Amino acid sequence: MAGWLFFLAMDLACGLFLLVVGGIFLELLAGSWPSIRAFGLSFLWTSAWDPVAGKFGALPFIYGTLVSSLVAIALAAGVGLLAAIYLAEFAPGWLGAPLGLLIELLAAVPSVVYGLWGLFVLSPIVRSQIGPFLQATLGFLPLFSGPIYGVGMLTAILILVLMIVPTVVAVSRDVLLAVPDIQRESMLALGATRWEVTRRVVLPAARGGIFGACVLALGRAVGETIATTMVIGNRPVISASLFAPGYTLASVIANEFTEATTTVYLGALTELGLLLFVLSLIVNGLARVLLRALSGGLRQA
Amino acid sequence: MFASGAVTVSGSMTVKLACRGLSAYFGQLRALHDINLDIATNSVTAVIGPSGCGKSTLVRCFNRMHEVVGGARVEGQVLLDGEDVYGPGVDAPAVRRRIGMVFQRPTPFPTMTIEENVVAGLSLDGNRLSRTAKERVVERGLRQAALWDEVKDQLGKPGTSLSGGQQQRLCIARALAVEPEVLLLDEPCSQLDPISTARIEELLSELAADYTIVLVTHNMQQAARASNFTAFLLGGKLVEFGETNQIFTNPACRETEDYVTGRFG
Ligand SMILES: Nc1ncnc2c1ncn2[C@@H]1O[C@H](COP(=O)(O)OP(=O)(O)OP(=O)(O)O)[C@@H](O)[C@H]1O
Ligand SMILES: [Mg+2]
Repeated sequence: MAGWLFFLAMDLACGLFLLVVGGIFLELLAGSWPSIRAFGLSFLWTSAWDPVAGKFGALPFIYGTLVSSLVAIALAAGVGLLAAIYLAEFAPGWLGAPLGLLIELLAAVPSVVYGLWGLFVLSPIVRSQIGPFLQATLGFLPLFSGPIYGVGMLTAILILVLMIVPTVVAVSRDVLLAVPDIQRESMLALGATRWEVTRRVVLPAARGGIFGACVLALGRAVGETIATTMVIGNRPVISASLFAPGYTLASVIANEFTEATTTVYLGALTELGLLLFVLSLIVNGLARVLLRALSGGLRQA
Repeated sequence: MFASGAVTVSGSMTVKLACRGLSAYFGQLRALHDINLDIATNSVTAVIGPSGCGKSTLVRCFNRMHEVVGGARVEGQVLLDGEDVYGPGVDAPAVRRRIGMVFQRPTPFPTMTIEENVVAGLSLDGNRLSRTAKERVVERGLRQAALWDEVKDQLGKPGTSLSGGQQQRLCIARALAVEPEVLLLDEPCSQLDPISTARIEELLSELAADYTIVLVTHNMQQAARASNFTAFLLGGKLVEFGETNQIFTNPACRETEDYVTGRFG
């Protein structure tokens, strides 16, 4: 048997993968060196972004990326999980299969299409309907205060939700369907209702996979560039209001890379890329730690 | 020989569970044909027959698990203490709490500890058990299933950490914790070694004092050893039903004789 060959190939593949990730990291680090040397760590917590004056700070972009993606995943996880539970456990077969297919198709729509739709359809609705409604009902919260532009953080969040819900639903549904039917039958035979079976047997067994689905979706939200860029307003400001415009790491890199003329400017943009890279790693790592803490002592086989 | 319709158990015994004209379908496929059968209180009734003859389908009709499969349906009656479990307004979960079931493969819930597995069917309906009530139920269930001594020091371990035979007894404890009146076991020993099997057979005869037991089995010796009555199914029809002794020593039908003597099946 050429078993050793197989293992060698696996080792090589893993090694190559590490090499690529490490290479990207080093390349980014080298590219951002002018900016790191000029601003040091204060780059992380200053919010000036003035290419003409040569002043660069990453805070508004970090803020924009974190807020847009975290709020989006919180909403998408709730909606998506409910939809996945319905599709996997309760929908009749003639409905579940085509709906599932439709959702998988939605996950494959290019983000620029979402961006266009967000700009031309969603943002007017946010300006004329959703925004005023939120302001009228929850306007006492700083989150929903101030003028409503249409393009801004809220629109970006809604577009992100729309883009990542299909991922959450599709992956979670597969995870739920992978729970063996005999487990469901065992619980039913004890006199449980379908909902009790879902809550006490299916969801606990699928917990890890559902969490994985959310991490996957969060990764997509953090890195999403084109759709966010089209609707978030692209202003490097930090505002408590979700109606205000914002900016994300990915968006500013995409928008300004071609205009970056000075070494420091280019370095600052590359450093934003480095931050995005590190942020993705941190988000993933934290998710894993959280999952381990949640699953407690019981490990799934 | 079944001229009078229902096949009845001997006169002195009371009937716990009975079916009348029971037929079961999977879509177009008719898996059971017009079964009439009486199951005596506090007895062990074995259901035997070759693979695919409808044994599982029959017991799944008893506790309304048949309808869980898509496209499956039932005709006729299943009477529990004389009341039709398919009657109007009868709630399937309520029937299943009175008629417990143990499956062919041990199916402890993998995300639950041994203790949580035992009480899994109890804290349904939103009623919360107190700590002491829970401990009592766990101990009683595990003792009834002859598992207590082996696991009493590891109740917090996952149910799946036990051996196959122990897992199957855990499933019996889980079914008993709900305090059913009837216990259905669908080939509970088919994946177990001889020692675990003997253990469970012994257990069944003890449990028959308090429960009515229906045991599906492929194993002729097991039916002969562990049951009071035996029903022989063939091709979805009930061929013969009677006291186990009579079925094995003096069967009335030619097919039964061929089957129990191992000439086919
Ligand atoms: N889920 C199902 N869908 C369609 N047909 C089924 C299904 N389950 C069983 N059947 C059919 O119903 C008939 C009876 O099956 P059943 O499982 O009751 O047999 P069994 O006597 O329990 O067999 P075994 O000894 O192999 O467990 C068989 O012809 C089988 O093909
Ligand atoms: Mg079977």
